[in-house]
Amino acid sequence: MNLIDQKFLELKEQNKTALIPFLTMGDPDVETSVEIIKELQAAGADIIELGVPYSDPLADGPVIQRASLRALQHNINIHSCLEIASKARQEEVSLPFILFTYYNPVLQFGLESFFEKLRENEISGVIIPDLPIEEDEQVRQLSERYGIHLVPLVAPTSNDRITKISKKAAGFVYCVSSLGVTGVRSSFYDGIDDFISLVKQSTDLPVAVGFGISTNEQFNTFSKICDGVVVGSAIVRKIEEQLPLLQSQDTKAKGLLQIREFVAQLKE
Amino acid sequence: MFNVPDEHGRFGKFGGKYVPETLMNALVELEEAYKHYSQDQDFQDEIRYLLKQYSGRPTSLYYAERLSEHLGGAKIYLKREDLNHTGAHKINNTIGQGVLAKRMGKKKVIAETGAGQHGVASATVAALLGLECKVFMGEEDMKRQQLNVFRMNLLGAEVIPATSGTRTLKDAGNETLRYWVSNVHDTYYILGSVVGPHPYPMMVRDFQRIIGEEARKQIIEAEGKLPDTVIACVGGGSNAIGIFYPFVNDFSVKLIGVEASGKGVDTDEHAATMTKGTHGVFQGSMSYLLQDEFGQVQPAHSISAGLDYPGVGPEHSYLKDSKRAEYFPITDEEALEALKLLSKTEGIIPALESAHAIAQTIKVAPTMNKDQVIVVSLSGRGDKDVESIMQYLGGKNHESH
Ligand SMILES: Cc1ncc(COP(=O)(O)O)c(C=O)c1O
Repeated sequence: MNLIDQKFLELKEQNKTALIPFLTMGDPDVETSVEIIKELQAAGADIIELGVPYSDPLADGPVIQRASLRALQHNINIHSCLEIASKARQEEVSLPFILFTYYNPVLQFGLESFFEKLRENEISGVIIPDLPIEEDEQVRQLSERYGIHLVPLVAPTSNDRITKISKKAAGFVYCVSSLGVTGVRSSFYDGIDDFISLVKQSTDLPVAVGFGISTNEQFNTFSKICDGVVVGSAIVRKIEEQLPLLQSQDTKAKGLLQIREFVAQLKE
Repeated sequence: MFNVPDEHGRFGKFGGKYVPETLMNALVELEEAYKHYSQDQDFQDEIRYLLKQYSGRPTSLYYAERLSEHLGGAKIYLKREDLNHTGAHKINNTIGQGVLAKRMGKKKVIAETGAGQHGVASATVAALLGLECKVFMGEEDMKRQQLNVFRMNLLGAEVIPATSGTRTLKDAGNETLRYWVSNVHDTYYILGSVVGPHPYPMMVRDFQRIIGEEARKQIIEAEGKLPDTVIACVGGGSNAIGIFYPFVNDFSVKLIGVEASGKGVDTDEHAATMTKGTHGVFQGSMSYLLQDEFGQVQPAHSISAGLDYPGVGPEHSYLKDSKRAEYFPITDEEALEALKLLSKTEGIIPALESAHAIAQTIKVAPTMNKDQVIVVSLSGRGDKDVESIMQYLGGKNHESH
């Protein structure tokens, strides 16, 4: 059974909502990303979304753009990202992993070898934000063949596309909370409750929400209506703030602890 | 017969719609609106009227006799898009999309710009039609093209610096798309070339094909026959597709696109997407792209901000791979030499972009007979570039990149 499905089943029995933190891999480097992933597990994360840095991240706001740029300046590529996932596994991280990547790096990798590598590195799902259902046929077939969930995004503007998207979804359906790119925000799309309930009606799969969620209060609010909550920019920003600490061996532990505490309190 | 794109916006394997889900609905709406209005006589009449009375179309097809004699080969005709209002072909497209935006009930428009030509053309049409206009421009380009920034401000547009990535045209494009994601309910995006997600490459081509339609008629009037060769510069590729398209099924006519190779195709500083690029997905469509082995987009370089772009329109990739058109690189140096030659022989200072097409003409014309004919798209005038040319020729390091 796919680890993502297993995790959502477990949580459902306990009547809990999944906390799904996101990090940009390779910010600041491979080793530190592995250590951060371990902290996320220790902090009570349920699924981890691993972001592949990209030169032109269309769906991302300034925080994740900056993190991508830092990672790329350190020559992080899709291979080093897979290495991060596999190292984290070796260091006893047992949580399901979802890879978040723009389409072009996947295309250049080669679609078939990409899915082979995902399976080899125990990555259970993939999100490709610039691959709408109109363009995803080949990728979806491969994802099914390799048993890896292609998790789709739905937006408040999706309207009658919602059913079409849900029908093809695997793992869970990811609702974009606002009109806009990723980034911490204090208010969400006005009709968010209706939007999410529309998505829930369209599928038996779990429904998660993300884009802009940064506080414990927001996590709790969305927990009432969703099966999972993604926290991205807030964590990436936290990592950015800790960079001075993370970059020296003497202070690294302190920086990692700050990140763990931030993630742990989201769920309290 | 060439009949593209299909209903999915595909030119063979190129094109498509690779954008975040938030934008998909807007693209579908745009496609439907465009399909509707492109059949609407009233809409077409309004555009024709503005192209004629406001922009001054048809532009002339001018026989460059002294240049032809100087090169000693084919007869060279220049399609004078530089004579358009605002000084380039860009306004053909902004008039079309501006009128479409208005018909769709949008009161706000946004645009990306590199050199500022498309930004100026968008700001102009926004002023004309009473629309609120924001133009995204790379912070680097704002420095290189201060005059155009001021011009857009005069026209009532707000210019927003794009501070991400390389701070040039590609990042202005990213920022405009990001802004559109957040404001898609009331904002129309006037995209400036035949790039981006479907329906833009098709729609912008349709608004620019008037260049080739006029030129085809004019050359038959002047010479009693079709030209042997058509030459145009390619940034995103809108002036080139505009002039190529009406000739695509005239198989005797050779189509030549000219891209910028900056300091040379063997250096890291060029924008030779066709010569050095590979297939990839960038800013919403599949096409040729300058990228590294991991699929990261590479920064481009050209002396001409309008050609300084790592992508190219999907229809050009289709024409290249089907061998209907050929694409050649021209360096910064060659473009400058061509600019000087055209200025001295014809009294026409071309835009740096268009100078690339002239430079290729300088190579091709002498290899042809005196009874053969070349039509060149002179996409814009050089006024906007005079300051940077002055710096460049004055020996100072130009700031292009
Ligand atoms: C005069 C001129 N020619 C050509 C271009 C390149 O664009 P395209 O390839 O879309 O014609 C530009 C772009 O700014 C321009 O200003």
